[in-house]
Amino acid sequence: MSAAGAEAGAVDLVRVEGVAKRFVRPVDLAGRIANLLGARNRESVVHAVDGVDLAIRPGEVVALVGESGCGKSTLGRVVAGIHAPSAGRMLWEGRDIATLTGPARQAYTLGVQMIFQDPMSSLNPRIRAGEIVGEAPRVHGLVAKGEVDGYVAELFRRVGLDPDYRRRFPHQFSGGQRARIGIARALAVRPRLLVCDESVAALDVSIQAQVLNLFMDLRAALGLAYLFISHDLGVVRHISDRIVIMYLGRVVESGPTEALFAGPLHPYTRALIENVPRLDARRRAFTTIRGEIPSPLRPPSGCHFHPRCPEAGPRCARERPREMVVPGGRMVACHLQDGGVA
Amino acid sequence: MAAAGRGRPVLEVSDLATHFLTREGVVKAVDGVSFAVHAGEVLGLVGESGSGKSVTGFSILGLIDPPGRIVAGSIRLKGEELVGRGEAAMRALRGRRFAMIFQDPMMTLNPVLRIDTQMIEAVTAHEAVSVKAARARAVEVLGLVGIPAPEERLNAYPHQFSGGMRQRVAIAIALLHRPALIIADEPTTALDVTIQSQILAEMQGLVRDHGTALIWITHDLAVVAGLADRVAVMYAGRIVEQGAVDSVLDSPIHPYTQGLIGSVPGTARHGARLRQIPGAAPSLLRLPPGCAFEPRCARAIPVCRAAPSLSRTPDGRAFRCHNPVPQGAALPEMPA
Ligand SMILES: Nc1ncnc2c1ncn2[C@@H]1O[C@H](COP(=O)(O)OP(=O)(O)OP(=O)(O)O)[C@@H](O)[C@H]1O
Ligand SMILES: Nc1ncnc2c1ncn2[C@@H]1O[C@H](COP(=O)(O)OP(=O)(O)O)[C@@H](O)[C@H]1O
Ligand code: SF4
Ligand code: SF4
Ligand SMILES: [Mg+2]
Ligand SMILES: [Mg+2]
Repeated sequence: MSAAGAEAGAVDLVRVEGVAKRFVRPVDLAGRIANLLGARNRESVVHAVDGVDLAIRPGEVVALVGESGCGKSTLGRVVAGIHAPSAGRMLWEGRDIATLTGPARQAYTLGVQMIFQDPMSSLNPRIRAGEIVGEAPRVHGLVAKGEVDGYVAELFRRVGLDPDYRRRFPHQFSGGQRARIGIARALAVRPRLLVCDESVAALDVSIQAQVLNLFMDLRAALGLAYLFISHDLGVVRHISDRIVIMYLGRVVESGPTEALFAGPLHPYTRALIENVPRLDARRRAFTTIRGEIPSPLRPPSGCHFHPRCPEAGPRCARERPREMVVPGGRMVACHLQDGGVA
Repeated sequence: MAAAGRGRPVLEVSDLATHFLTREGVVKAVDGVSFAVHAGEVLGLVGESGSGKSVTGFSILGLIDPPGRIVAGSIRLKGEELVGRGEAAMRALRGRRFAMIFQDPMMTLNPVLRIDTQMIEAVTAHEAVSVKAARARAVEVLGLVGIPAPEERLNAYPHQFSGGMRQRVAIAIALLHRPALIIADEPTTALDVTIQSQILAEMQGLVRDHGTALIWITHDLAVVAGLADRVAVMYAGRIVEQGAVDSVLDSPIHPYTQGLIGSVPGTARHGARLRQIPGAAPSLLRLPPGCAFEPRCARAIPVCRAAPSLSRTPDGRAFRCHNPVPQGAALPEMPA
């Protein structure tokens, strides 16, 4: 997909500035008892998202990539309005969402819809598929009462489901069909941005291909923008215009998809790209970056990646790298690009 | 590595059929599967969920419980027939001659026992060695799978490890007796990219250095491309195509293999539609009478309503299809 809406100066559909999300984990029972005996267990704070900027233009597909626990879902939930950020602000079509009221607020809340990984757990098992899809447009008065049924039938067709299946319950569908119901439900409120959190991860390859094709068709037909959260770089490379790489709560690199694959600037991005299994890489020697992904409860000092980075120097443990703007619409946060690691 | 001319295979499976007799009917989870694996060779067993990959692995290890049963076929480990052996005889082999690594390492690990206790028990169950010697072996294999400071890690409990570390411990346990054959059932599917490639690198080293025969079960064709020498593609309980990794992936014969390859993002141009396979896999309770892929197959012809038998190509590929993909032809263009 070439970036529709990528022309310079277009107003971003959504813009996230310096957003942080902290979760406080209270002291557990054992810890509280120990505290009575003089221990000093304190509540712990997870910096799930630690100062992130992100912009999505109308019709653009932005992928959010990173390993488990790095904060992708949390950031996606902030964008979808499910979590309030602990710091920073979010703009919808240039206006701070904290200031939105009335119809402008509804334009945002309906404008961003989230599609989850496990379609089964996000669909109420006792409600028929047609009602699942038709509920929100009815409640919000988007379609006249008498027209809901026809509207739902049209949505079923749009996502490739037989409209006769409207009377079925979720368990009567296959995994791929349930994914389609989840998508139809999101489309029912005429969103402009879909936040897809690992939406194809649980699907078999052949079904995954069907759903990815559906996402691309919907984009072409409706001009939808996507925040596409995935750990699968093969999928991401195929579908996205721009990639944002996260490591432990921070964005370490971002840029147009092909430029980023052709010349990754951050050592972590490079390691990720080198390690993607590919159909055309036969009997390859797998290389590795050493070490485990650290706990976000105790992130390493300075650059979060330094304990695993093959290029780290003394500065990396000391100082958080700045976010450097690189020509070609790219950004990287690494001392190598900013005066060196010494 | 070519499998030909290297003597007797470590494992030979012929016409294996494993069925489950459920209340709804007979589930033919594995139905006439044949393949062989040689020492130092990696066989990738690929297929979508429910195609029978795990049941194939469990059958080889003698881990099929009622209502499941091996109803036909033969499984020979270095020439010895395993089908029909009692549970005690199988238990004596499991862990020592062959081992399995599961997607969830907690299938192997006991959550309430320390790692050293579990590993020492696993050694002494099959060999009359001292606890000290068993402990030394445990330290050695933990080092082999890349666990830093293994002596210190030995007295930890499984929950004190990350997912990747737990999987490494499970792999280490599989290696304790240097088994001739390891069956790995999607062991890296739940792991992150960098951890997955660490484990793939370690498994590659083991096969190379110790001549272990390895069956790698996965739904991920790209992992198979990077790891395996040969690949067998399963669909609805049958192997529909098998052969050297390069020939199968570069010029698939079976329409399902071709469809799977087309479904992998990265084969099509950026942003182009993927060459998707229509429909979904059939229920094993209601298989079509002929080729199970027929309802989804673009190459289907009337004769496909009868089951295709096994054919072979001159270069040693085996497949089941009445109307195979012409060889040398480019992959078909996507309809718009
Ligand atoms: N409600 C919550 N309460 C406490 N901690 C949380 C909460 N939600 C997320 N976290 C923590 O925040 C961090 C980031 O979590 P998040 O779910 O965003 O990760 P992710 O990148 O989506 O990972 P995955 O790839 O595993 O889905 C993790 O350490 C997680 O445990
Ligand atoms: N204990 C069981 N009882 C009934 N059916 C089973 C059982 N175990 C597996 N099956 C069925 O056998 C088929 C193959 O399963 P499996 O080998 O686990 O597939 P996969 O290829 O995903 O590993 C599936 O249809 C599954 O539902
Ligand atoms: S800042 Fe240092 S540790 Fe971080 S990625 Fe760059 S070189 Fe590596
Ligand atoms: S036998 Fe017929 S239906 Fe089956 S895969 Fe071959 S061409 Fe398609
Ligand atoms: Mg997540
Ligand atoms: Mg399985």
